[in-house]
Amino acid sequence: MKLKLATAALSALMAAGPALADLVIPDLSYRTGPYAAGGIPFSDGYNDYFTLLNERDGGIGGVPIRMVECETGYNTEKGVECYEATKGEGALVYQPLSTGITYQLIPKVTADDIPLHTMGYGRTSAKNGDVFSHTFNYPANYWDGASGAVNYLLEENGDDLSGKKIALVYHNSAYGKEPIRTLEELSKKHGFELVALPVDHPGQEQKSQWLQIRRDRPDYVLMWGWGVMNQVAVQEAANIRFPMENFIGIWWSGSENDVLPAGEAANGYKALTFHNVGTDFPVFDDLQKHVVDAGKAAGAGDQVGTVLYNRGLYAAVLAAEAIKKAQEISGNAEITPSEMRAGMEALEMTEEKMAELGLANFGPTFSVSCENHGGDALVGVTQWDAANKTWTLISDFKQTDGEVIGALIDEDSAAYAAENNIEGRC
Amino acid sequence: MFYREAGDFKTSYTDDSQTFPIKFDRYRYYVVLAVAFGIIPFVINDYWANALLLPFLIYAIAAIGLNILVGYCGQVSLGTGGFMAVGAYACYKLMTSFPDVSMFIHVILAGGITAIVGVLFGLPSLRIKGFYLAVATLAAQFFLVWLFNRVPWFYNYSASGQINAPERDVFGIIITGPNAPAWATYIFCLIFLAVSALIARNLTRGTTGRTWMAIRDMDIAAEIIGVNPLKAKMSAFAVSSFFIGIAGALFFAVYLGAVEVGEVFGIQKSFLVLFMIIIGGLGSIFGSFAGAAFLVLLPVVLKVVGVDVLGWPTDIVAHLQLVIVGALIIMFLILEPHGLAQLWRVAKEKLRLWPFPH
Repeated sequence: MKLKLATAALSALMAAGPALADLVIPDLSYRTGPYAAGGIPFSDGYNDYFTLLNERDGGIGGVPIRMVECETGYNTEKGVECYEATKGEGALVYQPLSTGITYQLIPKVTADDIPLHTMGYGRTSAKNGDVFSHTFNYPANYWDGASGAVNYLLEENGDDLSGKKIALVYHNSAYGKEPIRTLEELSKKHGFELVALPVDHPGQEQKSQWLQIRRDRPDYVLMWGWGVMNQVAVQEAANIRFPMENFIGIWWSGSENDVLPAGEAANGYKALTFHNVGTDFPVFDDLQKHVVDAGKAAGAGDQVGTVLYNRGLYAAVLAAEAIKKAQEISGNAEITPSEMRAGMEALEMTEEKMAELGLANFGPTFSVSCENHGGDALVGVTQWDAANKTWTLISDFKQTDGEVIGALIDEDSAAYAAENNIEGRC
Repeated sequence: MFYREAGDFKTSYTDDSQTFPIKFDRYRYYVVLAVAFGIIPFVINDYWANALLLPFLIYAIAAIGLNILVGYCGQVSLGTGGFMAVGAYACYKLMTSFPDVSMFIHVILAGGITAIVGVLFGLPSLRIKGFYLAVATLAAQFFLVWLFNRVPWFYNYSASGQINAPERDVFGIIITGPNAPAWATYIFCLIFLAVSALIARNLTRGTTGRTWMAIRDMDIAAEIIGVNPLKAKMSAFAVSSFFIGIAGALFFAVYLGAVEVGEVFGIQKSFLVLFMIIIGGLGSIFGSFAGAAFLVLLPVVLKVVGVDVLGWPTDIVAHLQLVIVGALIIMFLILEPHGLAQLWRVAKEKLRLWPFPH
C-alpha cells in the first residue's frame, strides 16, 4: 500500500514536472460555500475560454495553456493556501474573484513578481500603477461603478440630482465599503443626500434595512451586494413595492441568480456592467463547437451565456490578449510571470481586436499604461426583463467622473505608498 | 521495553515532578524541539510555512488559551474569534503607532490588552455559568466584531475598513509583510508557541491551575475549601485571553498580513478553536497541539490527496472534505470523548507494558 501511495505521489510529481513548458493559469475558484452561485459561472467561463484556445488554436502562440484550479470557498485563509500551492508552478496571473483575498495578495504578488488582475473588484486605488506595480483592475473599478450609477441617474433626471435621496445598501465588508467615499464626494458635488445601509455577511437578514428604506423613501437605491445578499435584497425590494427601475446594483449584483428567485417582481431591476450580455457573439459558436459539444466544458456546462459566465470569459480574453502581448514584447512563446506583467501593462483593447476575437462590442475599448492600471473607466447599465429572462444593455459604455475618482485614487494610493515605503516607478 | 519508569532514578523533588518523567519521553521531547528549531527552518519554503506550519502554530497558541479557560477552569467561551480580533487590532494599532519597536513587544502587548478585555467580558462569569455564560461570551464575540467594523479609529480610517500589516522587523530580520522570509516567520511563531506552552504547562500544574480545576470540578466545594472564585475565574480569563490575543496578533501580522474582521474573526473562528480543543482533549496541553494539528492539516491533506493525486474536481473534493471532517469529529466524540490526548495517554499506558502486557 505504501509503495502504491509512493508511486502515485511520484507519478503525480512526474506528471507535474515536464509541464513547465505550458502557460500556467491558476484559477482560484469557489464552487462551494455561500458565494458559490457567483463563483461557479465565473470559473466556468474563465476555464472554457482557455479550453477553446487550446482546442481551436493549440494554445497561445503555439504553447498550450494549463489551468490549475484551486478551491478557495471565498475564504481568505484557503486563498492564501491556494496562492502558495500554485505560485511555484509558474503561475502567470491571479484572478481571485474576492476582494478579501485580493487585499492578501497585493503585497505578496509584488514580492513574488507575479501580476494580479482584479477585474471590477479588489482595491480601487490599484488603478494607480505608479504605486501598485503588479495589480491591475482594468477595465473598470468600484469607484467607476459608483460614478457610473450617479451619471446614469443624472442622465435620467436631466443632469440634476439636487434634493434627491439615494440609499446605498452594501455588504458590510471591505468590498461593500469601497464605494462610500466616492458616493460621499459625488453627493457633495451633485447635491443629493446619501444614506448608507450596511448588511452583514452573508446577507440573509435585511428586514431592518428595507424597513428603513420604506420609511425614508429614497428616490433611488444602489446596491453593493454579492451572493445570497442580492437575491434577498431584490425580494425585499419587491416586498415593499420599491420601484425596480429605481434600484441599481453594481455588476456583482446583476446576474440571473440574483433576480430569478423574485420572479416577475424583479422585472425592471438594473445593474451596472463593464461587458456585454447574452450569447449573440461569434465566439460563442466556437465555444459550442469546440468546448461544449466536445464535452470539455468546465463544471456542469450549463452556465454558458449567463452574466457571470460572460464575465469569466471576458477575464480570460483579457488574460489571453495580455499573454499575446507579452509574447510579442519578450520574443519568446513561453513567457515568465514578469514578462506577463509587462504584457498586461502594454495591453490595448481596440474595437478591431475585439471584432477579430469574435467579440465585437463585447467590452469597452481601453488601454493600459504604467501609470494607469485601470483602463478607461467606461461603464454601462443593463436591465432585467423577467418575462424573457434576459438582461439587456440599456445604456452603452460611458465615461465616468474621472475628476472626482482620480483625486480619491491619488489620495488612497499615496497613503498606501507612504505606509509601505513605495517609490513611484513611472 | 524502552518506554518505562524502571531504572530511571529520581533523586530530587524537582526531578520527580517534571513534565516528562520517563526518559524516553524526555528525549523524544528534546528531539521534537531540536527538529522544530534546528532542522525545519533550514528546509522550510513558502508553501510549508504559509499553508501548514504557521496556521498550525498559531491555532495551537489559541487552543492552549481556550483550553485554559474551558478545559481547566470549566468556563465555556464562544468569544475566541472576538478576542483574537482584539489581539489583531491591538497589534495593528501598536505597529502603526510605534514603527520602531520590536515585533516581540508589540505581540506581547497585544496579548496584554486582550487579557484586560478578556477580564472585562469575564466578569459575568461570577454570576452565571454553563450555557448562560456561553451566551454572554457569544455577545462579546458579536460586540467586538461590530466594534472593529464600526469605529474607523481601529482601522486607521482606511477606505475599505481592512487592516494591513506593514513591514516590521525583529533585530533587523523582517517578520511581517510580503518580504518576510518563511523561516523567520516560522521561528517567530514557534518561539511564541514554545514559550506559551511552557507557561501554560507550569501554570496548570501549580497552585493557579489547581484552583482552576477545583472551580471546574465543583465551584461551591472549591469555595468552601478556600479557593477564591473571583481570583480563580478572573485569572483564567486573563491568562486565556492573553494567549488568544497573542494568537490573534500573529494570525493577522505574520500569517495573513491583511484582515477583514467580520470574515477572519467571525463566529466560525470561535467554533473552530472550540472544536480543536474538544477533539484534542479538554484540559490537556498536548490536546491543544493535537487538535490544532488535526483541524489544520486534515483539510490540506485531503485536498492534496483528492485534487493533486487523484485528480478529482475541486468542488467535489471541497464537499467531501466537509463530509469527512464532520464524520471524523462525530466518530471521535463517540469513540473517544476525551479526545486525541486520551488516545495518546492510552497508547502510553500500553507502551509501558509492551511487549509483555501481563
